[in-house]
Amino acid sequence: MEPIQLPEWTALAPALLFALTALALFVYDSIEPRSTNRTVLAGTATVGSLASLTVAVWFVLAGVGTPGVDGGNGVVDLFGGQFVVDQLTLFFSIVVAVVATLVSIASYDYMEGHAYQAEYYSLVMLAATGMTTMAAANSLVTVFIALELSSLPSYALVSILKTNRGSVEAGLKYFLIGALSSAVFVYGVSLVYGATGHLQLEAIANNLGGAAEFGGLLGLGIVMLLGGFAFKTASVPFHFWAPEAYEGAPAPISAFLSSASKAAGFVITIRVFTTAFPLEEATAVIGIDWTLAFVVLALVTMTLGNFAAATQENVKRMLAYSSVGHAGYALIGLAGLGAGANDLVLGAAMMHLLVYGFMNTGAFLFVGLAEHWGVGRTFADYNGLSKQAPIACAAMAVFLFSLAGVPPLGGFWSKYFLYVGAIEAGLLVVAAALVVNSALSLYYYSRLVKALWIEDPVAGRDSLSQPTGLYAAIVVAAVVTVALLPGFGPVAEFAIDAAAAVVP
Amino acid sequence: MMIEALIAVALTGALVTFLAPNRVAGKLAFAVSLVPAALSLWMFTAFDGSGNALLGGDLAFESRAEWISLGEYAITWFVGLDGISMPLVVLTTVLVTLAIVSSWTPIDERESQFYGLLLFIEANLIGVFAALDFFLWFVFWEAVLIPMYLMIGVWGGPRRKYAAIKFFVYTNVASLVMFGAVIALVFGLGDPVTSFGLPEIADAMVNGDGVQRTVLGIAPGTLASLAFVAMFLGFAVKVPVVPFHTWLPDAHVEAPTPASVLLAGVLLKMGTYAMLRFNFTMFPEQVEAYAIPIAAVAVISVIYGAMLALAQTDLKRIVAYSSVSSMGYVILGLVAYTTFGVGGATFQMVSHGLISGLMFMAVGVVYNATHTRMVTDMSGLADRMPVAIGILVAGSFAYMGLPLMSGFYGEFTIFFGAFQSELLAYAPAFTALAMFGIVIVAGYLLFALQRTAFGPYRLETDYEIGRAPLHDVAPMIVLLALIVALGVAPDDLLFEMITDAVDPILNGGEF
Repeated sequence: MEPIQLPEWTALAPALLFALTALALFVYDSIEPRSTNRTVLAGTATVGSLASLTVAVWFVLAGVGTPGVDGGNGVVDLFGGQFVVDQLTLFFSIVVAVVATLVSIASYDYMEGHAYQAEYYSLVMLAATGMTTMAAANSLVTVFIALELSSLPSYALVSILKTNRGSVEAGLKYFLIGALSSAVFVYGVSLVYGATGHLQLEAIANNLGGAAEFGGLLGLGIVMLLGGFAFKTASVPFHFWAPEAYEGAPAPISAFLSSASKAAGFVITIRVFTTAFPLEEATAVIGIDWTLAFVVLALVTMTLGNFAAATQENVKRMLAYSSVGHAGYALIGLAGLGAGANDLVLGAAMMHLLVYGFMNTGAFLFVGLAEHWGVGRTFADYNGLSKQAPIACAAMAVFLFSLAGVPPLGGFWSKYFLYVGAIEAGLLVVAAALVVNSALSLYYYSRLVKALWIEDPVAGRDSLSQPTGLYAAIVVAAVVTVALLPGFGPVAEFAIDAAAAVVP
Repeated sequence: MMIEALIAVALTGALVTFLAPNRVAGKLAFAVSLVPAALSLWMFTAFDGSGNALLGGDLAFESRAEWISLGEYAITWFVGLDGISMPLVVLTTVLVTLAIVSSWTPIDERESQFYGLLLFIEANLIGVFAALDFFLWFVFWEAVLIPMYLMIGVWGGPRRKYAAIKFFVYTNVASLVMFGAVIALVFGLGDPVTSFGLPEIADAMVNGDGVQRTVLGIAPGTLASLAFVAMFLGFAVKVPVVPFHTWLPDAHVEAPTPASVLLAGVLLKMGTYAMLRFNFTMFPEQVEAYAIPIAAVAVISVIYGAMLALAQTDLKRIVAYSSVSSMGYVILGLVAYTTFGVGGATFQMVSHGLISGLMFMAVGVVYNATHTRMVTDMSGLADRMPVAIGILVAGSFAYMGLPLMSGFYGEFTIFFGAFQSELLAYAPAFTALAMFGIVIVAGYLLFALQRTAFGPYRLETDYEIGRAPLHDVAPMIVLLALIVALGVAPDDLLFEMITDAVDPILNGGEF
């Protein structure tokens, strides 16, 4: 039987499905303004995200994006190279869709009784559209547009709790720093354009030779692009917004931003740096190896993030800072591109982002559950929760141990592969820093496990409700975090294949 | 697929029990745990393996599947049993079942979670003894930590938080040291080894060229020695060996009875089992080079542990410190490197698992009745609770090595093997010193018994002392029966199976 041939533009289906869902929500909102029908709204968003996830997984299974496969199945180039759909695109589309699904399910309870519900879900869907588009963007213009498409809804989402001062303030900070970094990014784009005369990534790479006399200009442009990426991935020194925004935002949005948005930031960073600035040619022109920047960035980011996390008293801030630390781990993937085992270390970083999509989302959703119960925000407030909610607390223990990289869980595997990748790339200092930081992170993660399971509650608590949506999302995330262990084989292979395809 | 079945039943059972209501959890967990216990006993009788798992022996219940392929190094699901691991798997399943029964009395809150964790730990312990791929093994090895941490931390005594954290930090750091050593070793082995399969690593170390590559600027010879030492230290914490033993009494005293039973009965054996598999199987040359320091550490553990036990007044602490002492014998047997030494050490792992499990249960029953564990508070309990005290006395005799009980055979073979050791210089001297430990053991146990069990009845509590319920006594009787059975027919039941797997180690992998 002949495989069904679809038109080429359908390769963007994961992003288009998100966009369609957002539009459907708008339509519903205009028919029935101010609707608080949570079932319809959260249901639509969930179905849309699941559809996007299904399509992305189907594409992977059908071999879309696999290099060297013909018949509309191979790497799909769209609109003159403005977009590309390859394994890297699909991998990150899956990460985004997974997080969007979990967030939609969890928001069903979290947004109960809230005003702008239709707006909330459509903004989430729009942001997800932007993030999926980021995964496919293959030109500095589309990168920028996708970046803004995901950022603008995010600003609104962070401050959607209009009556909450923290939320509004967080949104404002996020917006101001975001606008600044966009400006820096666009300026970098213009410098790169000035030096090479092109915006499409392959074209930039092909014309690097012609930019020999503009080495300094190009170098400055690259640094400015890096600034934009560092903002999006919450890497030091552009991380200051992250703890504020994550703390002030509604917890599902914190989960969304710290997992999906971060993964999307990484996919454009990977794409731009591997495609547009091949290491050797770029080094010849600008005179310095750009992986050095990532080595420094990785070291500083993971160390600072973990140390800051270790000193927090507020659970959400602790998770926020630890997510800065995890950005540092993922940066190792780019830092390791300099020598040896390229695809291994980059693939490991991608795996880490996938595992992170489950465990970190789950952890933030648990915080959302705690906010839903109104138990408070500090470690002490979480004391003894396991007596009343053993299942959710068991799931949280899974997330925390996995984030810390304790062996049986998903987080251990991705960290271990990063470690091996870093060693093979000769980055001994980075590998050592990874181990030390993981050990440190065990301290503050296990502190929360201790609070949940071992400490007795300080004050009596009323019995806690069991919101279906939040529980479902948390349990699913926990099950996958554990189930990734036996299923790591195919995931690892796909990630490394995808990485090998983009590494020159 | 038998091993997978054991693990799967325990894991599913853990999940179901965790979700079940508290009131049925204990019985449910017991029913579930009967399945792996029965299965593993059947496997024990149907066992058809021969030789050593790591040195080209025929494995029983072997299964192997591709799992993760990472560049040139593959990680596989690879499990199987030989004469060393088979008895330990049975020990695990039996002891877990009995521990579940013995928890019915002391565990009275959050039962479903407790029993869920017990079954979860069972699955991982089976995995530790059956896994033959380093990564798989390490996953199980580390997964044991979390449930034990929670069991001590949630259901433990007054200082449970301190004890739980100390346990977690100590053993986790030790695991990291050992993990680094194995990874460095595998990288150092070079091209022929492309997986983390333990048989492959062992084969390359024993029959192959050993470490060839320089890793991180460390020369091959040094790397092998460093890996040996780092692994030994990593496992020594788990055993535990003096001076890494301080977490053990704390953990034991604070842990609830069933957790203590598993901790002493099986978890400590993970350390000596891993030493046997890694240090003593893979590094024959280093064993020879480091024999004297290892034997010294073993003897110090024996004597010092026994002296510490002598100084305690808390019954549970006495049993806890005596474990340090008994595990010292095991290490002495391993380093003797003779059939009787290593075989006896393996036998002693099983035997001590049964005896220490029995002792902790007995102490637990006494505590449930009297609400005190202080030797100084009790006197003449034998009058009031004859069955439980009778079992405590029998267990103590087993501990002291009374003939016709398994402890005698285990210790005797170890001493016999250690005495004639050719590898260990001054072997007779070390053995003689270690044997002195038996005297101290007899001393503190008789001392404790004499004060608690015999003499006029006196107890400074308000509690009514009565006979222990049947479900508290039954598991101890089962253990006692096993101890006697192993003591009466050690060769037929266990020792032949063990020596069959031990001999290839001593012959350098050749027959």
